[in-house]
Formats: sequence, C-alpha cells, structure tokens
Amino acid sequence: MSAIGRTLSVLTRVAGSEFIGRMGLRRPAQELASRAVRGGVALGEAATRGFQALSGLTEPARLSTPKARDRFDLIATDEQVMIRSSAARVASDHFRPAAMGASEACSAPAEVMAKVEELGLTHYAIPEALGGAGNESSPVTGAIVAETLAHGDMGLSLAALSPVGVVNTLVRWGSASQQATYLPAFLEQGGLPAALALMEPQPLADPFSVRTRATPARSGFVLRGKKTLVPLAETAKLFLVSARVEGNRIELFLVERDAPGVSIQPAPAMGLRAASLGCLELADVQVGASALLGEGRAGAFYEELIDRARVGWCALATGTAQAVLDYVVEYCNGRTAFGEPITNRQAVAFMIADIAIELESMRLLTQRAASRAEQGLSFHREAYLARVFAAERATQIGTNGVQLLGGHGYVKEHPVERWYRDLTAVGLMEGGFVV
Amino acid sequence: MPINLEIPKKLEAFAQQAHDVAEHVFRPISRKYDRAEHQYAVELDMLAKVMDGMREGAGHGVNGVGRAKHHGQTNGAAREVRNGSNMAAVLGMTELCWGDVGLALTIPRQGLGNAAIAAVASEEQLERFKGRWAAMAITEPEAGSDSANIKTTAQLDGDHYVINGEKIFVTCGERADAIVVWATLDKSKGRAAIKPFVVEKGTPGLEVVRLDKKLGIRASDTATIRLSDCRVPRENLLGNPDISVERGFAGVMKTFDNTRPIVAAMSLGVARAALERTRELLAHEGILADYNRSFYRAPAAEAELYRMEAELEAARLLTLKAAWMADNALPNSKEASMAKAKAGRVGNAITLRCVELCAGAGYGETELLEKWARDSKILDIFEGTQQIQLLIVARRLLGKSSDQLK
Repeated sequence: MSAIGRTLSVLTRVAGSEFIGRMGLRRPAQELASRAVRGGVALGEAATRGFQALSGLTEPARLSTPKARDRFDLIATDEQVMIRSSAARVASDHFRPAAMGASEACSAPAEVMAKVEELGLTHYAIPEALGGAGNESSPVTGAIVAETLAHGDMGLSLAALSPVGVVNTLVRWGSASQQATYLPAFLEQGGLPAALALMEPQPLADPFSVRTRATPARSGFVLRGKKTLVPLAETAKLFLVSARVEGNRIELFLVERDAPGVSIQPAPAMGLRAASLGCLELADVQVGASALLGEGRAGAFYEELIDRARVGWCALATGTAQAVLDYVVEYCNGRTAFGEPITNRQAVAFMIADIAIELESMRLLTQRAASRAEQGLSFHREAYLARVFAAERATQIGTNGVQLLGGHGYVKEHPVERWYRDLTAVGLMEGGFVV
Repeated sequence: MPINLEIPKKLEAFAQQAHDVAEHVFRPISRKYDRAEHQYAVELDMLAKVMDGMREGAGHGVNGVGRAKHHGQTNGAAREVRNGSNMAAVLGMTELCWGDVGLALTIPRQGLGNAAIAAVASEEQLERFKGRWAAMAITEPEAGSDSANIKTTAQLDGDHYVINGEKIFVTCGERADAIVVWATLDKSKGRAAIKPFVVEKGTPGLEVVRLDKKLGIRASDTATIRLSDCRVPRENLLGNPDISVERGFAGVMKTFDNTRPIVAAMSLGVARAALERTRELLAHEGILADYNRSFYRAPAAEAELYRMEAELEAARLLTLKAAWMADNALPNSKEASMAKAKAGRVGNAITLRCVELCAGAGYGETELLEKWARDSKILDIFEGTQQIQLLIVARRLLGKSSDQLK
C-alpha cells in the first residue's frame, strides 16, 4: 500500500468509528484527516527506503507552538478527546488482556503493536513537510496519550511510545538531514523501532553524570560505554545515546543497531518487561559527525529533553496509578470480611481515598508541566517537581494497591503485583517517552 | 481552548493586591496580635475599607465565595470556560494567609457566614445582608464533625423563629455584626431539618459567653455563644424553609463545597510563607534549591525543600481545580474535599518541617516560623477535619452512604 493510502486507511478507521459519531466529533476527525492527506501527498512523492535522506529539505521541519492562552482550563480539546478515546480502546481491549503474557515473554506481541500503529501517533508527530500529519507540537496530547495507554499497561505503553519519543526528539532538535534520513522510516508499515538509551549501570541514576564517552575522531566520534534499561532491545534499529564529549559536555548520538561495535543483550528488570529492556554496549563504535543530534548543540536542549521525558514518565505513572485505583475500588467493594464489605472500614477506605488524592495531584502536576512546555514557557521547575512527586507517590500507590488485595495482591491472578513492579520504575527511569 | 494551568493575568493582578495587603498590613503586625490574643486589630478597619474598594474594582470578593452562573445550555462546544470568583477567592486568600492566617480570618465583612450567605441566600436576603460582617456558628460542645447531630433548635412562633442552644468555636463570634447559626427545625427529621439563620448582634437572648485561648490564629477571636429564647425574624432563615429530604442537609454541604477550597488556600498561603523563609535562611548556609542537581545527589535539606515544594504545588493545583469547577458550575464536592485534605495536611507538615530545618531560627520567636507552624494546625481541622474530608472522598469513590462507611 502506498504511503498516502496507509495514511488514509488509518484515518478512515478513526473517522468512521462509532465512538466519534456518538461523541459528535466527526468534524474534528475530518479536520485531522484533511491535514493528514495534505502531508500524505508530499510523502507519496518521496522514495523512503532504508536510511537514505530525502532530498530537497534544507531546513529542519518543526512543529509549531499553539497560541498562548490566558485562562485556567482543564478541559481537553476535541482532538484530544478523540485521540484519548481511541487510545483508551487500545488500552482496554488490547493492552490489558495481553499485559501479563507480554510481561512473562519480555516482549510486546506484534498484533498488539499493530493496534497502536492504527492510532497514527508517529504520523501526528511528524510535520507535514516530512510526510506526516503533524501540525502543532502538543506535549499535553502526548501526556494524555501516555496516561491513557498506561491505564492498559505501562510496559506495553513504553514499547509503543519509545519510537514516538525518538520521533519527537528528531522533530524538535534534529538537523534537516537527520530528519530526512530517519523520519520517513517511522511512517513505513510497522514503523521504525527506536529508543533512547540514557540510563547507565551506576547507582543514583543521574542523567547529567554520564560515563559513556564520545571521543572526537577524524571523521566523527568513537563511542564507548554501556547503557542499561534500554527499551525495545529485541527490535530497535535506532538508538539515541547520551555520551560525554570533552569534560562534562553531554551530547546525543544517533546510533544504528547494525553499526560495528554495537551489541545489545536482553536484560529483563523488575517491571516494564513487555518493553523488552536490554543492555546496550558500545565498544568503540565509529559514528560520523552527522550522528551528532542537532549538530552538537545538545548542551542547549539536553536538559529540556530530560524534562520532557520526565513529563512522559509522570504521565505513564498517572495512567497506571489510575488503573490501581479503579481496580481496588471494585475489588475491595466486593470483598467481604467480618460480615461486611471491607470498604465499610475506614482503614481501607482512607487508603483508597489517599490513592485518589495523590493520583490526582500527580495528574495535575504532569499537566501543568506539559502545558507550560506546550506554550513555550519554562517548565524545568515544574517537570522536576512533578518527577519528585511521582517518584514517591507512584511507588506508594503501587505498594498500597497490593496491600489492599492482601495475599491476593501478591499472586499473579490479579494485575496489582505487575503495577507494583511497573510503578517502581517511575522513581529511577530517564528517557523513555519524550513528549 | 487547550489545557492550561496558569493563572490568568487579571486574577494575577488581583492576587498581587492581596499580596500587598499581606506584606504591608499583616506581616508588620503579625507577631503583635499573636501576643495580644483577643485584642481587636484596629489596623483592620482601615484595611476593610480599602478592600471594599478593591472588591468593587475587581468585581469579586477576596473572601466572598460566588455562585457560578448556570449558562443554561448543554452544548459543550459553545460553553465558555470561566475563571471567576471562586478562583479569585482562592488566590486572594492564599496571599492573605501568606501574610497572617489569624488576621485574614478576622477581616471585617469577610467572615465564613458571609460565604454561607453568598452560597444559599435568596436575592432579597443577599440585598438585605449586604455589607454585614457575618460569622458562622455550627459546632456545638457535643457535635463537632457530626454536624448533623446539632441540638440547637429553632421553633416557629408567629413571624419569628425562637432559637435555643449553645455554639462553640465561632470565629469572629464577638466582632461580627451577625452570626449565621445552624439550628434544627425538628430534631426527629434529622439532617433535612437543619437550617441556617442570620442572627443579628444585639438580638435579645444572644450572648457571647467567653473567648477561647488557642494554639495559634490568636489574632482571630473564637467565641462560645449561647442562644436563650432568641427571637429572629422568620425571613432570616437562609434559603428554603421546607424540610425536604432530598435537599436536606444540602445547604450546609453547599456552603462547604464552596468554602473548603478557601480553607485549602489558607493552608497554601501559610505553607508557602514558611517554605519561602526557610529557603532564604538555608541559602545563607549554602543550600540552594535551584532544581539543578539530581534529586538523589542533593543534600538532605535541599531534597527536603524539593519534596515540600512538590507537595505544596500538588495541593495548590488540587485547590485551583476545585475552585475552577465551582466557577464553571461543575459538581465539585469530591474535588473540594480532596483539595482540603491535601492542602490541610501538606500545609501543616511543611510548616512543622520548616521549624525543624531552621532549628533555633525556626523554633524561636524572632522569626514567624514557629507561629506559622501553630497557625497551620487549625487548617487541617476546621471546615471539616482531615478525616472528614477522607470520608467524603472515600464515600464518593466507593459509592457508599454515611451509614455504610461511617
């Protein structure tokens, strides 16, 4: 199928959905479709095979920033409501049922990932000039999608969103040639599995203290180091690797899986197992100067990238924490002890109320950081605080979720033990999904 | 309009006015009236005049809680999102309590009774009680959190209600022009029969028995009042006199839905004051919380500052959300309780932690930190304790009645 055909087929499915009709959202759906097709026409004319750069693009294509607003408002736009409803269906109908199996197998099933592809997330992330359907950059929409998918399963969400995070990074900071080289591949059938590789084996998880080295060489750089907890270890063809160049300057490098010296081993962890976490070894990997993201100006945006990824983690945490809340409400209301539902007791009911309060806090902190990012306002403080908060509260909600089910929470018959393992990641992970 | 959690400029300007009051009127006299408990802060008369002017200028009260206008249409697309008087009240109160909680509670004509009047009074009553300083009297010696259990009675006798009973913890009970007294029309009919009555000062049978000495908010008078065959005109019953089970206790609850975010805002203000001062004091010791260090590599005191700031920001956003919902006529009972629960406990925890972190400066009376730690405690108690808020939240989440989840 041609690129434009694919775009249309995705959008037709979205636009024809019963839900959209019910919600009176046909018009925004048509709006999106027409935008996507305008992008699709450009794509149709371009040959997009391998990592050959599209010709003719001299300036990087960026997404625009939405208009500033001067009103406190928590209501999602019609487009966001539509995307959220589609994502919610994927989360409930496909992620949730597949989650346990995917966790055991340390792999995201292809048919589940195909359902994610139907959401067209990468299409909306890529500007029209590059063949996508993207128009405005919206970290808020990104956070909404991450939260909604993570209600189904956090590991599968990470698998699904990891490439979108790489796309967002390339769109925001990539050079024209980097965009032209890699972005079209994300629009192909099956997308381009890709991941950020920022985490390293040492404790304290400080993304600003990087041990992987990039030594300048004649035609580029030589990379040496080790990255852990890298998503999509099984399949990723492209990695964005952080490395220290001269002193403490941190740069990001586009590293292809097939480059000599790159080796990747599965390295399962406590949770997020569906995302096929792995360990990436860089043994004197030679990369050209063109591999340097944003032509060596990462100093200017590395912190922002970390912040955007933290917003992503907070959003994922919010979705999974909501799953915990929904589950314990139903379970505990149905669980009887000493002759009445255990939720008739304050010790149980108050724990559940606290989950709701901390969860809503997490959501609002995340939304504020995302919305400031979207408006082009500084959001480093907000992302930092959201992360500090989520690190503590996500773990607490995870452990209380198991506690509320007692022994039943500890066995795999119920999903709370998986959420416990997944929510623990929020306090330590960097990278992942850049909104 | 897309999602946005920033304060609109016009409300920011309004909050700045409140902040000026807090900084230039409250702070300089804060310690004075903490020491001189029960002495009326005469500086506030001047302030009340200024605030009436500000209020007319800005179109909303600093403490007055407004009723969102219903827009009378259901088409979501055409709905205009409002940032109105509830949000303004939250922002204004946060700033005032950054200055001094006790003084903020005793600003003339800004009492909790005024909030009750704003929430449930008829148009005629709104007009009649305009400009009156109204205190609020619910709690009784034997009925605290279980306000449905109050024993104060009101019996219709001709054109008057005859009220009998005793009320405690009446904020501004001595200073206010009137007191909104909650009494039951018929004890056997339960909460449905509980109604608010405006009792004007000087009404025969209304007596201030004593003023309490307190842990904090000493600038605010807390009175015990007694009503003995106190006759009030029947048109002073606020809202609907019918004893209908459906509407029932809704009057009290409606008042609290609107005032809980305001009390949450008070907590935000005092906690922010403590946190800001602690940051200043710790900066002298080389502790800079500038978000530049990895959380796990920060010194313990710096990490503590981040944690407190994150908690405070969480409480602030919950409070803004509850107020925003009220401004847009969205039912917000759960959200108002979530905000009050979170802000109450976070505000208290922050002020106490700041005392600890600042050690001598925190615990001694040369700074206001120890005072703020005393003041903040009441905010996790009045207008519904932490535990009552959790009950409200839990009942809503779990779909439980008060008989099931006690």
